[in-house]
Amino acid sequence: MSYKGLDYETLNENVKKVQYAVRGELYLRASELQKEGKKIIFTNVGNPHALGQKPLTFPRQVVALCQAPFLLDDPNVGLVFPADAIERAKHYLSYTSGGLGAYSDSRGLPGIRKEVAEFIERRDGYPSDPELIFLTDGASKGVMQILSTIIRGEKDGILVPVPQYPLYSAAIALFGGSLVPYFLEETANWGLDVNNLHSSVAQAHSKGITVRAMVIINPGNPTGQCLSEANLKEILHFCNQQNLVLLGDEVYQQNIYQDERPFISSRKVLMDMGPPISKELQLVSFHTVSKGYWGECGQRGGYFEMTNIPLETVDEIYKVASISLSPNVPGQIFLGLMVNPPKPGDISYLQFMRESKGILESLRRRAQIMTDGFNSCRNVVCNFTEGAMYSFPQIRLPPKAIEAAKKAGKVADVFYCLKLLEATGISTVPGSGFGQKEGVFHLRTTILPAEEDMPAIMESFKKFNDEFMEQYEDHRGYSRM
Amino acid sequence: MRRFVSGLLLTSSQNRSSLSHHSSFRFFSSSSSSTSPLSTSDSPSSPSSPSSSSSSSSSSSSSSSAAMPSPVTLKTINPKVLECEYAVRGEIVTLAQRLQQELQEKPGSLPFDEILYCNIGNPQSLGQQPITFFREVLALCDHPALLDKSETQGLFSADAIERAWQILDQIPGRATGAYSHSQGIKGLRDAIAAGIEARDGFPSNPNDIFLTDGASPAVHMMMQLLTRSEKDGILCPIPQYPLYSASIVLHGGTLVPYYLDEATGWGLEVSELQKQLEDAKSKGITVRALVVINPGNPTGQVLSKDNQRDIVEFCKNEGLVLLADEVYQENVYVPDKKFHSFKKISRSLGYGEEDISVVSFQSVSKGYYGECGKRGGYMEVTGFGADVREQIYKVASVNLCSNISGQILASLVMSPPKVGDESYESYSMEKDGILLSLARRAKALEDALNSLEGVTCNKAEGAMYLFPRIHLPEKAIKAAEAAKTAPDAFYAHRLLNATGIVVVPGSGFGQVPGTWHFRCTILPQEDKIPAIVSRLTDFHKGFMDEFRG
Repeated sequence: MSYKGLDYETLNENVKKVQYAVRGELYLRASELQKEGKKIIFTNVGNPHALGQKPLTFPRQVVALCQAPFLLDDPNVGLVFPADAIERAKHYLSYTSGGLGAYSDSRGLPGIRKEVAEFIERRDGYPSDPELIFLTDGASKGVMQILSTIIRGEKDGILVPVPQYPLYSAAIALFGGSLVPYFLEETANWGLDVNNLHSSVAQAHSKGITVRAMVIINPGNPTGQCLSEANLKEILHFCNQQNLVLLGDEVYQQNIYQDERPFISSRKVLMDMGPPISKELQLVSFHTVSKGYWGECGQRGGYFEMTNIPLETVDEIYKVASISLSPNVPGQIFLGLMVNPPKPGDISYLQFMRESKGILESLRRRAQIMTDGFNSCRNVVCNFTEGAMYSFPQIRLPPKAIEAAKKAGKVADVFYCLKLLEATGISTVPGSGFGQKEGVFHLRTTILPAEEDMPAIMESFKKFNDEFMEQYEDHRGYSRM
Repeated sequence: MRRFVSGLLLTSSQNRSSLSHHSSFRFFSSSSSSTSPLSTSDSPSSPSSPSSSSSSSSSSSSSSSAAMPSPVTLKTINPKVLECEYAVRGEIVTLAQRLQQELQEKPGSLPFDEILYCNIGNPQSLGQQPITFFREVLALCDHPALLDKSETQGLFSADAIERAWQILDQIPGRATGAYSHSQGIKGLRDAIAAGIEARDGFPSNPNDIFLTDGASPAVHMMMQLLTRSEKDGILCPIPQYPLYSASIVLHGGTLVPYYLDEATGWGLEVSELQKQLEDAKSKGITVRALVVINPGNPTGQVLSKDNQRDIVEFCKNEGLVLLADEVYQENVYVPDKKFHSFKKISRSLGYGEEDISVVSFQSVSKGYYGECGKRGGYMEVTGFGADVREQIYKVASVNLCSNISGQILASLVMSPPKVGDESYESYSMEKDGILLSLARRAKALEDALNSLEGVTCNKAEGAMYLFPRIHLPEKAIKAAEAAKTAPDAFYAHRLLNATGIVVVPGSGFGQVPGTWHFRCTILPQEDKIPAIVSRLTDFHKGFMDEFRG
C-alpha cells in the first residue's frame, strides 16, 4: 500500500529510535494528573524557576531595559531601575547593531564572546580565544551541533557515562551514531574508573565501531559526583592516547555542595598538564545559563568553547551554525551577565550576592536533606549529591514488585515511579531513562523543591515507599540477594 | 593500540574519496614523525576557507607534534556537514566583514564609507525600530517585579501592563525563567491558534502548534522527520531560500528542484511540479514533500488563490506533505494580491485533516515586526496521525523548549492590539509606517534596477527581496571563469569592493542554468535608498563599460 507523506511507517528510523525520558511517559502522566487538578511536584527536570526559585534581580532588570530601550530615554527610568542596570543595558546594546531585534553573528555577539573568554581566563588562569567560543540557544543545541559534526554513521561511537543525561543518547540516536557506554561505579560514589573506559573501547572496537569522542558530565547528571583533578588527568590521558575528542559537559560548575572537590574545568587540568598534550587534545566544553544559581532555563542561553580543534573544522561548525542564523539575543545577554556579574562597589552588588548565596546555600541544605531522607527509607540507598541538581537513589525492588511490573508491561522502575506519582504527586524520572546496570533500579529527582516543602516531600516519599515495600516484600529481603 | 589506529585511518581514507572536491586540507598534526599514511601523504597547507583568514589566529591549534591524526579534522567530520552550503552568510559576507574592519581601522582607505548589508533579511540591524507595544510587554514579562511598582504605570502603557499580566497568568508560577512545555506554553499556543483562526476563518488547534527558536529549527525538524536516505526527495522551488537546500543535505535527502518561471513573475506551474515529480520517480526517488515559499524568497512573488488551489490538489493527489513557508505573510506590497495561508485554501476546498498534511511555518523575524534576534516562531502541523505528532514532540523535547521571550513574541504578533486598545493607534501607526515604507523602497529599487543596461527585475509583490536578472557580457563571464568563480558571484564581489553594497549571488539560491541573478533586500532605511541607487548605477555602468564586447 502507499503511504501519505508523513505516515508513521515512513518516518526517519533514527527519529523513532530516539528516547528522551526526562519528558517521557512519567512526565506526560504527571501533566495529565495536573490537568485533573492533582497537585504535582515536578522533580523530573532541572527547572528551578518552575519550582518557585526567584530570578536574580539585576540580570532581569538589564534584559528588561534592553527589551525596551526607549525606557533609557525616559526621565523617570531611575525611579524603577538602579543606575548600574541602566549602564549595563547601554553597554550590551552597544555590542549590537540592532538591539535585541537583529540577528547577531551566527556564533554570537563578538562583545559577549570576548566577555566569556575573559571569564574563562579568570576561572582557569589560561587565556581563551573568543573566536573559538560559540554562543548557542542553551547547551543542548551546542551538544547537538558538535555531535552532528562528529558522527558520520553507525560505525562512529561516542563514549557516554551510564547513568547519563539522556540528551546524549537521544542526540546520538538522532544522528545515527553508536553510543558506547562506560559505567560509573555506584559503590565508589559514582566514580569514573579509567579501566572501565579501556574495556568499553575494546568492546566497541570488536564490533567494528570507531570510538570518536568521550562525554564527561562534571558535576554529574544524574549522579551528582564531582570529578577530582587526578581523575580528570587520567581521563585526558586516556582521550589523548585513544585519539578521542573530549566533550566536557560542565553546565553544573556553580552547583557544588561540598568542599573537598571544588569544580575544576577539564580545560584547566589540560593546560596544567602542559605540552604536548595541552596542544594536542581536542576538547569542547559546554556551559549554560539554565543551571547554577541562575536557573534561567527559559532563556535558552549557552556556549561551547573549542580547544585544539583545527580552524577548518571550526569554520565548518560556523557554517552549520549560520544555517540557523543566530542564537537568541536576550539569551546571549543573560550569558554575558552570568560571566560578568555585579562587582564589589556596584550598586546592585550586595543584593546580587545576597540572592545568589541564598540560592546556593539553600541548595546545599536541600541536597543533604534529600540524601538523608532517601537513606532513611527501607530498601533505598543514595550517594550524597556532591554537585549538580539531582539525587539518584537506588531502589532495591523486591522480586514480587518486579513480577508485578512485568505483568503490567512496564520496566520495574517505571512501575515504581508511576505508583509514586499516583500516590504522592511526586514526578520523578525512572533510572532506566539514564541507563543503569542490569537488575539495578533507580530514580532521579531534582533537589529543587522549595526548602520549606522538603521535609513534607521526603515524608510523603517515605510513607509511599514503606507501603510499597510492605505490599511487595514477603519478608525483609533484598531483590538482589 | 596500533590496531585501533589503523582502523580509524581506514575509515578516514575511505571517506577521502567523497571529499575530493576539497582541494586543501590542513592537518592538525602536521609536524609529525609518524608513520601513518595519512599524515605523511598530506602536506600541510594554508586554510582553505575564506573565513579562517579573518578569524584571529589561534595559538592553540597552530602547531603540534601529535603522532596521530586528530579526531576532528575535515577528513573525519560528517561529510554532510562539508557538503551543505548557506550562501546568505557565505563568502561575500565574510569579505564584507573584513572590509568593515578595514574601514574601522583605516577610515577613508576604501572608495566608500560604510558597508550596506543587503544580503540578509535583518531589518532592525539596518535601523528599523521595534513595535513599542511588543517590547513593552516583553520587558514586563522579563522583569515581572516591575508590575508590583506604581511607577511602572508612568513608564508603560496600560494595555501592555494588562497583556503582561494575562501572559504571566498563563505561565505556571509566572516563571518566565523556567523551561516550558516542549511545544511551547499552552496559553500562548491558544492565543496563536485564535490568531490563525481569525486570519483564516477556519479553526486551529493549539495542540497542532509547535513553538520554535525561529522558523529555521522547525524546518530542520520536518526535514529530519521526512528524510530516511538519499532516496527520499523534497520538491523545492528554484530559486529557493538556501535553508532548504542546506537542511536537505544535512539530513541526507535529495533536493528535487522545480523551476519558478521568471517570465511570468516567478510563476509556479503545476505542470512543472508534475514533470519534476515524474522525473524524480524515474530515478528511484520517493518524493515526500513539496516546499512552497509564499510570499517568495528570494523571488518576492505572492501566489494567486487559483494557483494555491492547484498546488493543494497536486499535493493531495500525490500524497505529498505541503511544507508552506509563510514567514512573509505580513509582507505584501501590492493592492491586487493578498496573502492566503495554504491551510485556509485546503480547508476552503473542503479538505480536512484526513485528506492532506500541511505544515505552516511562521516567524517573528519577518513581517513588520522584524524581530530576528528573538528567535521566535512556530509551525502549525495538520493532517498527521497522533503517532507522528508524538514523534515530533519527542524530538522537540530533546532540546527541552524554545526560548520564552520568543514564544511570548510569537503570541503577540498573532494577537496584536485591537481597535479600542490604548496602544492600538500608536501600534497601527508604527506598523503602517514600516510596511508603506517597505513598499516604497521596493518600488524605488525595482525601478532603479530595471533602468540598468541588461538588467530585468520582477516586482517585489511581497517578502523583503528583489531578485534581478543580470545579462552579463561574454567578457565578464570569461573573466569570472578565469577567476574560478560563478559569474554572478564575480559581479557581487566587484559590486562589494566598489560600493560597499552586499548582495547574495543568484547561484546561492539556484537559477536556470546560464542565467545570472543576485538577491538584494529592500531593507536599508529609506533615506539611504537614493545613495544606494546612485552607487549601484555608477558601478553597473562602469562594469558594463569594462566588459562590453
